[in-house]
Amino acid sequence: MIRRIEENVFKFLMLISTLIVFLGVAGLLFVVMIKGVPVMSWEMISHCPSGGDLMGAKPGILNAITGTLIIGFGATFLATLASLPVIVFIHGYAHRKIWVSIVRFALDLLWGIPSIVYGVLGFMVMLFFRMKASLLAGMITVALLEFPIAARGMDEVIRLVPKALKETAFAIGSTRAETTMKVILKQALPGILTALLIAFGRGVGDAASVLLTTGYSEDLPTSFTDPVATLPLAIFQQLGSPYPEVQVRAYASALVLTIIILIISISTRYLMRRFESKHVGG
Amino acid sequence: MSHLMVENLNLYYGKMHALKDITVAIPDHQITAIIGPSGCGKSSLLKSFNRLIDLTDNTRVTGKVLLDGQNIYETGLDLAAIRKKMGLLLQTPWPLPMSIFENVAYGLRIHHVAKRRELKEKVEYYLRRAGLWDEVKDRLHRPASALSKGQQQRLALARGLAVEPEIILADEATSALDPLSSKKIEELFTELKSVYSIVIVTHILRQARRIADYVLFMYMGELVEHGPADKIFKDPKDPRTKAYVIGEIS
Repeated sequence: MIRRIEENVFKFLMLISTLIVFLGVAGLLFVVMIKGVPVMSWEMISHCPSGGDLMGAKPGILNAITGTLIIGFGATFLATLASLPVIVFIHGYAHRKIWVSIVRFALDLLWGIPSIVYGVLGFMVMLFFRMKASLLAGMITVALLEFPIAARGMDEVIRLVPKALKETAFAIGSTRAETTMKVILKQALPGILTALLIAFGRGVGDAASVLLTTGYSEDLPTSFTDPVATLPLAIFQQLGSPYPEVQVRAYASALVLTIIILIISISTRYLMRRFESKHVGG
Repeated sequence: MSHLMVENLNLYYGKMHALKDITVAIPDHQITAIIGPSGCGKSSLLKSFNRLIDLTDNTRVTGKVLLDGQNIYETGLDLAAIRKKMGLLLQTPWPLPMSIFENVAYGLRIHHVAKRRELKEKVEYYLRRAGLWDEVKDRLHRPASALSKGQQQRLALARGLAVEPEIILADEATSALDPLSSKKIEELFTELKSVYSIVIVTHILRQARRIADYVLFMYMGELVEHGPADKIFKDPKDPRTKAYVIGEIS
């Protein structure tokens, strides 16, 4: 009898926590859509602001969408370049456990640092090199923010690769490089992509790290040294506007940001599935 | 002189003395079975033959393992070249994350054993050798993970044979398989021993009786007794061996 009650209590708790997650996501999407959809228009998405948009003039967020996409992809690319060698080291080359622990500890610390600190760091480096606030500075700062997330995420999924697979590869006479690149990374590829997706999501959604580093522009960037607008900052500014009709535009911008992340997440998973069924197998 | 000889081999996991002063010559072109109770060091011994033991943290090895007269524990050796001389089958087969064809071709590619146009023939040859060709010839480019466990183990054998080893090592290679698949593997071993020396680790005594020509009995890290299978099973000298083969200890 007691065991049955126990079972039911746990089932109930599981149901509750599932509901919290589900309602959280649904509620968020609901609010953003209810407020955002009515003010969203093709005009807004396809045009840059033409001056005075924060005071109620014609809306436009094309500049912010472009900035966010370039920074998001660029930063994730840079973060991948930086984190791959780290995890190849941890999983293929580190001879002593102590090094692995030190690297993991450092990454965990970096993960916990608030993004505004990365913003300040980026800002200081920028000043040191006498750069102006620009697309490039923002991209590098966001890459710094994404780096520990990407590296630690990949690290965790590669840890799940069975030791026997590693042994198998070595036993055929693979070198460390071959084992790591051709077998382990390939086996962990779906997980690695998920880690990069998470990093990408964090990167494009973060306002604090771009606040001090990208500047703001109403136009599309023409080079990496141009300042550029981003969606999180656009949302921040729109919400800060005293005009209610501008404030609701923040929800439309938020909706666009959410949709961008959704599209990228779904398409990556779709491509992954096709790749798997062709080459790897589940 | 055999291909594979072990001289005064000791292995330590941290402070634990896992293999104690082992000296033995593995006979060529025979099936050698390493038997003994769980935790006696069977697998450790097998894995020290191709230095896979290096992958385990905190291990220390003294003594020699001579492969064709060369001590593989000397520093500065090309480990890949040493491991290539020994095919390995593990308890659970792990297909490489690629197609059936690529699993066999992988070894050929990394060691440049085959030219591009020979690749197809070689892959077919080794899949036939492992008795798998007829079952997979129509789906060579499908993922290897779609095969059954028994087929995966034979694929692992084909993959191991493809790099042209001298010795096949098998660590409980049939214990995760269904009876029919394990019978197939046993038959393959018996067939292949004319070309390769085969060393199996097994906890199934009946299996050792069925296919082994030579037997090593290990107990708590010690090589207690070794000799031709007949002798070990019918007339063991050491009381511990006797107790094990009649099933008193396991």
